[in-house]
Amino acid sequence: MADFSIKDLEYWNENIEKLAKNFGLNYYNQEFEIINYEDMIGYESYVGMPSHYPHWSYGKSYERIKTLHKYNLTGLPYEMVINSDPCIAYLMKDNSLLIQVLTIAHVYAHNDFFKNNRLFKIGTRAEYTVEMFKNHANRIREYISDPSIGYSRVEKILNAAHTVKFQTERVVGFQNRVEDKEKSKSALTDKKREFPYLERYAQSELEDKTKLEQQEVKILEKPEEDILKFITANGRLQDWEKDILSIVRDEAQYFIPQIETKIMNEGWASFWHYKILNKLELPQNMHLEFLRKHNEVIRPLKSSINPYYIGFKIFENLYNEFGADKIFEVRQTERDQSFIRRFLTKELCSEMNLFEFVSAGNDFMVSEVSDEDGWKIVRDTLCNTVGIGSIPTISVSDWNQKDNSLVLKHEFDGRELDLSYAYETLKHIVDLWNGKIILATQIDGKQKNITCDELKRISLNG
Amino acid sequence: MAIFRENNSGGRDRSAEDRRRHRELVEDSIKKNLGSIISEESIIGKSNDKKIKIPIKGIKEFQFIYGKNKPGVGAGNGDEKRGDKFSGEAQNGSDKGKAGNQEGEEVFETEITIEEVIKYLFDDLNLPDIDKKQLSQLEEKSYRKLGYQHKGIPPRLAKKRSVIEKIKRKQSLKRAMDESENNERFPFIEEDLRYYRIKADNKRDYNAVVLCIMDVSGSMDQTKKYLARSFYFLLYQFLHLKYANVDVVFIAHTTTAKEVNEKEFFHRGESGGTYISSGYEKALDIISERYSPSNWNVYAFHCSDGDNWTEDNKKAIDSANKLCKVCNLFGYGEIVPGYYNVGSTIKSELQSKVNSKNFAAITINKKEDVLPALKKLLEKVSDKDAEQGEKK
Repeated sequence: MADFSIKDLEYWNENIEKLAKNFGLNYYNQEFEIINYEDMIGYESYVGMPSHYPHWSYGKSYERIKTLHKYNLTGLPYEMVINSDPCIAYLMKDNSLLIQVLTIAHVYAHNDFFKNNRLFKIGTRAEYTVEMFKNHANRIREYISDPSIGYSRVEKILNAAHTVKFQTERVVGFQNRVEDKEKSKSALTDKKREFPYLERYAQSELEDKTKLEQQEVKILEKPEEDILKFITANGRLQDWEKDILSIVRDEAQYFIPQIETKIMNEGWASFWHYKILNKLELPQNMHLEFLRKHNEVIRPLKSSINPYYIGFKIFENLYNEFGADKIFEVRQTERDQSFIRRFLTKELCSEMNLFEFVSAGNDFMVSEVSDEDGWKIVRDTLCNTVGIGSIPTISVSDWNQKDNSLVLKHEFDGRELDLSYAYETLKHIVDLWNGKIILATQIDGKQKNITCDELKRISLNG
Repeated sequence: MAIFRENNSGGRDRSAEDRRRHRELVEDSIKKNLGSIISEESIIGKSNDKKIKIPIKGIKEFQFIYGKNKPGVGAGNGDEKRGDKFSGEAQNGSDKGKAGNQEGEEVFETEITIEEVIKYLFDDLNLPDIDKKQLSQLEEKSYRKLGYQHKGIPPRLAKKRSVIEKIKRKQSLKRAMDESENNERFPFIEEDLRYYRIKADNKRDYNAVVLCIMDVSGSMDQTKKYLARSFYFLLYQFLHLKYANVDVVFIAHTTTAKEVNEKEFFHRGESGGTYISSGYEKALDIISERYSPSNWNVYAFHCSDGDNWTEDNKKAIDSANKLCKVCNLFGYGEIVPGYYNVGSTIKSELQSKVNSKNFAAITINKKEDVLPALKKLLEKVSDKDAEQGEKK
């Protein structure tokens, strides 16, 4: 460690906790792990969970972060916080004492946010987080080492499941929660594993039966936004495949509250680290470093959105106008979209010089600015592009059981799909569904159907 | 009170396995994309064992994402006005990270030798081996050393062996005389000397010559020359795999032809008109002077943009027919960058009037075409060899 010892950290932490409690932050027990920068890269690539199940995409993520870091294109995060109870946070060994102090304060606010924000409270179970990731990893490893399944088949299902993991219900609610304990068991555990073939025959018989029963249902009563859930329930999949889909789905559900509250969460944490450190009676040299670092963290990014900056500004504004109770209430009930729609004022928009842009050839063009006429448009565009709004809404609208084809519908909101990505994604869905997939979308103002057949041939017609 | 833990991962490398798998996938993708990698300017012309760095497009993780027409929001400095343009570098959507909607192409660098690339390449092409027995053989008298003999001519004196013989004699003498060290001079005698026994051997070698004929007239610009260069480079690499000894002859022609060195071949621009026949005749001359078809495998390739002066066409066809007779393969590559592709007169003339089995005509529009074109040509080589085999 550079210029401090664990004792120093404990000293500052004690003062920070006192202040945090006085301000009214209400958090899970906190644990800090002090790690070196290589571990930080590792943890970052495994979404903070070293016990995560294996997949090449995490290896890719590692190489990417490492390359970016090597060429100094990006700094490493000062900290990583896991939504778990007790809350786990990683601090990077090589940072200065002030950064550790700032980070510790920042972490308590994140921790408070995890514990109190509605989306996290109803969408995740912090007490099971670590257990969940471990359990998922064990199940995936079990399928990999099962001689009748093996690495490549597991990988193929994971590849495919990852493509649609965020195609899920737009409302975080109880139905999405990792419900039953039963689910955390491997599909293999309570079966006669000595007779895998026997088991498979029995299974296919069962499948045929259910297929007959389902023959009548044709059009779905209501479109299903949760593609993985639909496929798990209705697809021609083996138990282990279904289990992998549910693992991927559970994990995506765990991350959705974080995606949905990025701006609020970072704004909240920045607001409180700023407040706490100002009260912390830092020695002068540390105080100056604090101001410098704080301004770095919340600086506006040119032609882009820094969630720390916008979130900080909105919370600061709310606090000044309506007081502390208001911001505690907001952090409990809102998510980024509603947070911005309700509290990003005209004054803030023009103070931050927010503008809307569209692509124009290889460049971008400013399409709206935050003046009298434009600020609402700018605000609404921001609302619709944050969080899950950055992911197209695609739902299962029709299932033709005659040829087992599935119709997906893209809820067109003016934004077109990237076609090359859509084609490849459809091919992966075919891997899961084992039947033809048709995606209805809109291109150049015209209704189009993209079809991907069982042999993964793509055709576009409309 | 929070807990602080100093974490010691104990050298455990959590991501090793996933990184290995990722690299494996990247390698697969290299193999799949060799066509465009191999014609990268930076690779052409490098020596075989040199390590080169090639950019590899990352393995994409697909999902449904929005295309380019999505609007975004950014923070500015206040002087933005509607209609202002700015470059795409600064922005990248509003949400980085988990949602994964960045579009930026991920590029990795990887190190690889040209030899590996070529190996991947020809593995990938899955070509039947050229059966050398069916190719003309260069019979060269060579001599192999085969043991030693007591008599011989001075040039074949086996010095090392002679010294050994002398030492042996000295040692036995010592033992016999039961003497320790004797500082007396101990000279070579006639009996010590050994000479190499020589056996005449008819060494079979398979020699090949590639005649690169290129139109360097005014219409052949840098792009066209670059495409030609990639093509010749690959061809050379391929033949190099198949033959121990490959000669390369460069012939540049406008209305007249001359033999040039590599540098001049690719870089010197000329202007003026085109008589393709001049290049072919020069090639025929060189073959008859230096590369007798009975001893050499001759491959002649001509790259041109198809722009020939009409009065020369007939002569060109005649020479092309002559070339086909002396060459294992004569190929004509027409280089037409861009997508318009109206077959030129000379290409269709050649195709209709050169009826030799060992003639092939190909068209190259862009760098991705180079590999398929080469493949087409080389399949021709294999076909022809197979036929020859049947005849025999």
